[in-house]
Amino acid sequence: MSEPLERIRLGHGGGGTLMQELIDQELRQLYRDPAQPLHDAATIARPAGALAFTTDSYVVHPLDFPGGDIGALAITGTANDLAMAGARPSQISVALILEEGLELSCLRRIVASMGRAAAACGVAIVTGDTKVVERGKADRLFITTSGIGVIESATPIGPGAIQVGDQLLVSGDLGRHGLAILAARHGLDLEPPIHSDCAPLWPQVEELLQAGVRLHCLRDLTRGGLASALQELANAARAEFHLKEERLPVLPAVANACGILGFEPLHLANEGRFLAVVPAEQRAVAETLLGRTGGGWIGDVRAGATRVVLRTRFGSERLLLPPTGELLPRIC
Amino acid sequence: MIASPPATDVPSLAEALARRTSRPWTLMEVCGGQTHSILRWGLDQLLPPGLRLIHGPGCPVCVTPAETIDAALQLAGTPGVILCSYGDMARVPGSQQGLDLLAVRASGGQVRLLTGPGEALELARSAAEQQVVFLAVGFETTAPATALLARQAMALGLTNLSLLTAHVRVAPAMASILADPANEVQAFLAAGHVCSVIGTVELEELVARFQVPVVVTGFEPSDLMAGMLRAVELLEAGRAELANAYGRIVRAEGNPAARALLAEVFAPVDQPWRGLGVIAGGGLALRLPYDALDARRRFALPPLEGSGEPACPSCGAVCLSGAVLQGRATPEQCPSFGEACTPEHPLGAPMVSSEGACAAWYRYRR
Repeated sequence: MSEPLERIRLGHGGGGTLMQELIDQELRQLYRDPAQPLHDAATIARPAGALAFTTDSYVVHPLDFPGGDIGALAITGTANDLAMAGARPSQISVALILEEGLELSCLRRIVASMGRAAAACGVAIVTGDTKVVERGKADRLFITTSGIGVIESATPIGPGAIQVGDQLLVSGDLGRHGLAILAARHGLDLEPPIHSDCAPLWPQVEELLQAGVRLHCLRDLTRGGLASALQELANAARAEFHLKEERLPVLPAVANACGILGFEPLHLANEGRFLAVVPAEQRAVAETLLGRTGGGWIGDVRAGATRVVLRTRFGSERLLLPPTGELLPRIC
Repeated sequence: MIASPPATDVPSLAEALARRTSRPWTLMEVCGGQTHSILRWGLDQLLPPGLRLIHGPGCPVCVTPAETIDAALQLAGTPGVILCSYGDMARVPGSQQGLDLLAVRASGGQVRLLTGPGEALELARSAAEQQVVFLAVGFETTAPATALLARQAMALGLTNLSLLTAHVRVAPAMASILADPANEVQAFLAAGHVCSVIGTVELEELVARFQVPVVVTGFEPSDLMAGMLRAVELLEAGRAELANAYGRIVRAEGNPAARALLAEVFAPVDQPWRGLGVIAGGGLALRLPYDALDARRRFALPPLEGSGEPACPSCGAVCLSGAVLQGRATPEQCPSFGEACTPEHPLGAPMVSSEGACAAWYRYRR
């Protein structure tokens, strides 16, 4: 054996000097003002306007994948949830659950990644917590983040605002994050490699708002992909969501890998893509802005049965349903 | 943009099909992958009136006997055993409703879902103190990979790897459908991927014996439309012939290396298919000396009986999956379809696999 790796020990979560050392040496750098003495709660000046508040837990396996890692995901994902409410992300909390035996080098890498993601999303990490659990009681590293943001949309954004006649747009190509994770998890060497689309969404939302687009609803296309998001919104709006298959942006490499593995690209998670529901007269503006990142118009909201219908390029129609459960590669 | 099939010619193929079809015909697409593709792309909506498709039994998940699933569930729950298989098998119910490999895993059983048999070999080498059992299912497409695993395991002298096999052969199933007096199938779209392994000899025999047109067909929308067009052309001309509409993949001799491997490791055997009963020559059994890897023998499991086994032996609710697999009913004709039976709570195996006809109908058409 070579020299013993530096690893997380149970004592790192024990509240004593070992924990203090971990915070001072590894985690304090993440905070808004690393020099400030740590306190039980962060204090935040009261902003003008309404706040959005959200929380999410991140349990990704593996921790690292092409195009990102759990750290980038934990910050970006929560910031993106805020953006979907039309809120500029501002503050975030980070709670870590570390498994005894986790390499310190891995923790350092993830922490550095969280720092970079926070800068990219324009959020300050203002408070946090660290716990260590016995080996085998966690899968290396779990992260929970909560975030707040200030709402900048003049009109409410949400499923309740969707109307018949609204237009559906996506912000970029679909399925890359989910495929990158599945490939990493199952050891599939995709050629060319598929990278996660993990990215902050607020800049695009801000552009849409500044262009005067009345966003009826936004939804980030995470777990369950576009198919789940559309089904949820169709249920909420009690309307038919009608899609044009040839307008759905899926990269050929993603489509081909999905064909081989038996995945529906529209079931795969995205971490840097969202669905925008806008009034018909504002489709063109939204289309131009979202087109810059490979997105565009995909369909519309119609009066009719609550369902998601996809019209193929051949003129036939089929349903688009959310995935059933765990996505698993098929036999042949 | 969902896929990038060579699909531009689908409309013209549909037009040609309409022009050539002068009266009602009934075709069967044999492979579940073809069923899935037809419903996913809505190709059945592009066919002329009178041209009917019956979905065939070519879903290996669907036809794996419940007894084999039960054996896998039992082994997965046995301390010291790691049961591995393909992801498709994870949610297939055995004879007890609601019990599947994921449920056994949640109760503490060791279940690993693999993307290929090679991973089972690695697992057996790295977990020497555990017994690794690979639940090997599939048509002649996946059987060569299982055969390779068997050969490697024997060469390495691994004593902790065994195979619970439910491999099936497609041509005997087609023969069994044609031999049924109630058969309505007038021409087959044969499964292109299976043919890429076995070639076309077995299908030539089928054509000669039953005087039925058989068209080797692929899976992309234009492949399927081209296969249907060829089948209708043969039917309209009254010609019982074999045609290959998947020539870019399938050669008459198939894949000689894979066929040799199959012949070395497996022998054809009469085998029960779930919902269909015993099919003469419908399965593959490990032959000497590879039968030393047979999990049934290693764990003293009872031999397969499966005679007249219903698709869903014990659940009590009506499940027409046997009739669906034989093409005697469409999924929507089953009273449980979409009600008591959904992909989340399947009664029969065809509702589980993405290639099962019930699941495909549920996903795309309900």
